[in-house]
Amino acid sequence: MGTWGSPLALAALLLLAVVAAQDTERIEGSAGDVLEDDPVGRLKVYVYELPTKYNKKMVAKDSRCLSHMFAAEIFMHRFLLSSAIRTLNPEEADWFYTPVYTTCDLTPWGHPLPFKSPRIMRSAIQFISKRWPYWNRTEGADHFFVVPHDFGACFHYQEEKAIERGVLPLLRRATLVQTFGQKDHVCLKEGSITIPPYAPPQKMKTHLVPPETPRSIFVYFRGLFYDTANDPEGGYYARGARASVWENFKNNPLFDISTDHPPTYYEDMQRAVFCLCPLGWAPWSPRLVEAVVFGCIPVIIADDIVLPFADAIPWEEIGVFVAEDDVPKLDTILTSIPMEVILRKQRLLANPSMKQAMLFPQPAQPGDAFHQILNGLARKLPHGEDVFLKPGQKVLNWTEGPRGDLKPW
Amino acid sequence: MMKSLLPQSQLRRSSVATAARSAAGGDGSAADGGGGGAGAGAKAPASSTFWFLLHALCCLISLFLGFRFSRLLFFLLFSTTALYHSTTSSSSAAVLRATTTTTTTTTTTTTTTNTFTLSFAAANPPPSNPANRTALEAAAAGADKGGTSGNPQSHVVVGRHGIRIRPWPHPDPVEVMRAHQIMERVQEEQRRWYGVKEPRQVLVVTPTYSRAFQALHLTGLLHSLRNVPYPLTWIVVEAGGTTNATASLLARSGLTFVHIPFPDRMPHEWADRHATENRMRIHALRAIRERKMDGVVVFADDSNVHSMELFDEVQKVQWMGAVSVGILAHTGAAEQPRLSEEEKQNMPLPVQGPACNSSGHLAGWHTFNSLPFSGKTATVVGEAAPVLPKGLEWAGFVLNSRMLWKDAEGKPDWVKDLDAVGENGEEIENPLNLLNDPSSVEPLGNCGKKVLLWWLRVEARADSKFPQGWVIEPPLDVVVPAKRTPWPETTTELPSELLEDKQEQDDRRLSRANKSSRPRSTTKRQGKEN
Repeated sequence: MGTWGSPLALAALLLLAVVAAQDTERIEGSAGDVLEDDPVGRLKVYVYELPTKYNKKMVAKDSRCLSHMFAAEIFMHRFLLSSAIRTLNPEEADWFYTPVYTTCDLTPWGHPLPFKSPRIMRSAIQFISKRWPYWNRTEGADHFFVVPHDFGACFHYQEEKAIERGVLPLLRRATLVQTFGQKDHVCLKEGSITIPPYAPPQKMKTHLVPPETPRSIFVYFRGLFYDTANDPEGGYYARGARASVWENFKNNPLFDISTDHPPTYYEDMQRAVFCLCPLGWAPWSPRLVEAVVFGCIPVIIADDIVLPFADAIPWEEIGVFVAEDDVPKLDTILTSIPMEVILRKQRLLANPSMKQAMLFPQPAQPGDAFHQILNGLARKLPHGEDVFLKPGQKVLNWTEGPRGDLKPW
Repeated sequence: MMKSLLPQSQLRRSSVATAARSAAGGDGSAADGGGGGAGAGAKAPASSTFWFLLHALCCLISLFLGFRFSRLLFFLLFSTTALYHSTTSSSSAAVLRATTTTTTTTTTTTTTTNTFTLSFAAANPPPSNPANRTALEAAAAGADKGGTSGNPQSHVVVGRHGIRIRPWPHPDPVEVMRAHQIMERVQEEQRRWYGVKEPRQVLVVTPTYSRAFQALHLTGLLHSLRNVPYPLTWIVVEAGGTTNATASLLARSGLTFVHIPFPDRMPHEWADRHATENRMRIHALRAIRERKMDGVVVFADDSNVHSMELFDEVQKVQWMGAVSVGILAHTGAAEQPRLSEEEKQNMPLPVQGPACNSSGHLAGWHTFNSLPFSGKTATVVGEAAPVLPKGLEWAGFVLNSRMLWKDAEGKPDWVKDLDAVGENGEEIENPLNLLNDPSSVEPLGNCGKKVLLWWLRVEARADSKFPQGWVIEPPLDVVVPAKRTPWPETTTELPSELLEDKQEQDDRRLSRANKSSRPRSTTKRQGKEN
């Protein structure tokens, strides 16, 4: 080892020097440098086979489910069916996946209705608990569900109603994979995995401009500031934060903000330094994904929000967090960020593994959001002692919840 | 109106306070968060007359405030205890907002609303009692209900919040400056990452001579060169020796330049001028060789126009590269060459540049087709006829200056030594003569697909006069007075009299011209013109 040691060390040093000289920085979250982990071999997932009324028939009824921002549940199912971590033997599975699309009941305008979702979920769980013994074994503690709706498994689009309902009682022990995340919120259960909303990767790739196009817009935002249809008096939508952005910065030439729907939306984001990602009716939005993919530093205005893969991605170092109360001082805050910090954030955003982790490409690629979900699940292994119930022990109350949820579907 | 509201809200607050203390036994926190809202009236021990008075007052006020207040009343009548707490805070907010609509500062609304909602948050009992929710929902879309995220530790409150606006929502100039500095720095980083890795110096070779259009051409060129983001040296070779005019123009440009005199004067025929320019360029290349200047040599004729992408593209050259040049041969000639339809269809592109085969390697040259112009081209500088390029123009080629050095590392052997060129007095038609093997030239600009600069020759007649250095000295004096502007010194007549005079003359002219004349309107028009 002595004769081989020094040249090897030299080679390692050279390699490190080359890597360090590159423009991108490695991304390390609280769980360590885990973005590029390979979940294969670290866990096994068993996919239940549910009747098609829970999944395929819903997509067949309305194919818009495949392109809206809640499409992650469908693509996760498809990914798992053909993934290397899938096992056909449930006895050796670490995690169980139930493919039920609760966000595919769309209005004529394409908005998902959550009113039947609790019943659909309950019906699916009843099905799997009767057909297989694995649900009753743990009462769902080694099962995971993808619930990408506005407030996750609270199954409502209005925050107060969602809080009132709380997480569906039957899912109390399961792991929830959801887009919604807010600290100390009823609808974010302990141990949930937050994921980014679905944004169409192909569409974004076709709108890429050459990276040397100079970034000449300081702050960019396109979207509603007032939701006059649902909140005519203002102050309710986005907790008044979006309205505050408009009122304070509509006259500021550094802020390119409007309610327009330009066809060059993606191209414009690539020409901006900062992209605002304020909360709407829910704190999360696909804007975060778009900002990361296009290299625009996300300015997150949503108090206590929990961002996707928060343990794998150090969001504090990548984005700028502004409290809702500080919105009137947004220009001061953004212009007083030190230059090195801004450049570092851009370097982190330029890291391809960062962009890959936010996307759901078809077919799946290493390091993408599907793999991050599996890595998250793998990090929760091995299961604790309280996962497996003692014989005769029952934790869940099957008749809990509003009467309307108990109706069969 | 405001005065009448305030005692009312105070009344409500006190009544709610009593209600809260009596009703909410388990509530530990202060009930002041209950805020305004009159709903608790139902619980408070009040007489019927009081209620009647209250009702009358409310009706009166709703006349002024309209929908908002009447909706408020609706809530209060139909809500239960638990929801009294929830509605009171927001209804007070609504009331306060109603009052503050008469004032201008919205900030007061925000602060008061916030305090109400925040303190209310502490007092909120767990959300229950869905019974009357439907009534409330029926009442209004944006239901004025407050609620926390369900957990008493969270400080994020659901419900109506104020819209925070600072007193002077306009940009601060210092911050705007800082933002622009940030953007500049970001763009610099972008160039560093995605642009050229190691930018080389650009050596721009320009033959020029003093003439009427020199200032026009050189000014345009120097503005283009000032915008080049790479270190640049401008090598200006002047025919007939250096002149003060050129020197002052160069000095004012702010660029690094080398002003080289060339002994011969510029001839007046285009063919001879072409040859002289070639010799001047070789002279410049010799100067580069002597001073061992390092960089990419670009031949920028003073009348040509260059795009910024040209300078980005030439950074990629290894030894010798060729770019596509757009040839603008029509120089405003009065008589255009007549072309048949067929000729027009088959008109080749006015481009000189490299032609590539399918694998992207240099296959040949695309030159300007001068057949349509045969016989009608200019021979003398300043003639009103199209000026055409002769063969391959130097502007379409770029060199690595190390190619010119006596000895340079890696200099390929298909490059002739510069001293060996032009020894026998032969013409150096184009840079390909500097090479032994012209097939090793690199095609740039996506294999010549992108036209990166334009070749143009525009000149005045050789004998045309222009002020020296474009400074008018001595000042101009009036040679001929303008026809309709009376000079006070030249005539003693009043302007109005002169005007009438003119109008009479013009009227007579006009009436002679048209049989049906409208003198009134024409005079008016004339008057306006004057």
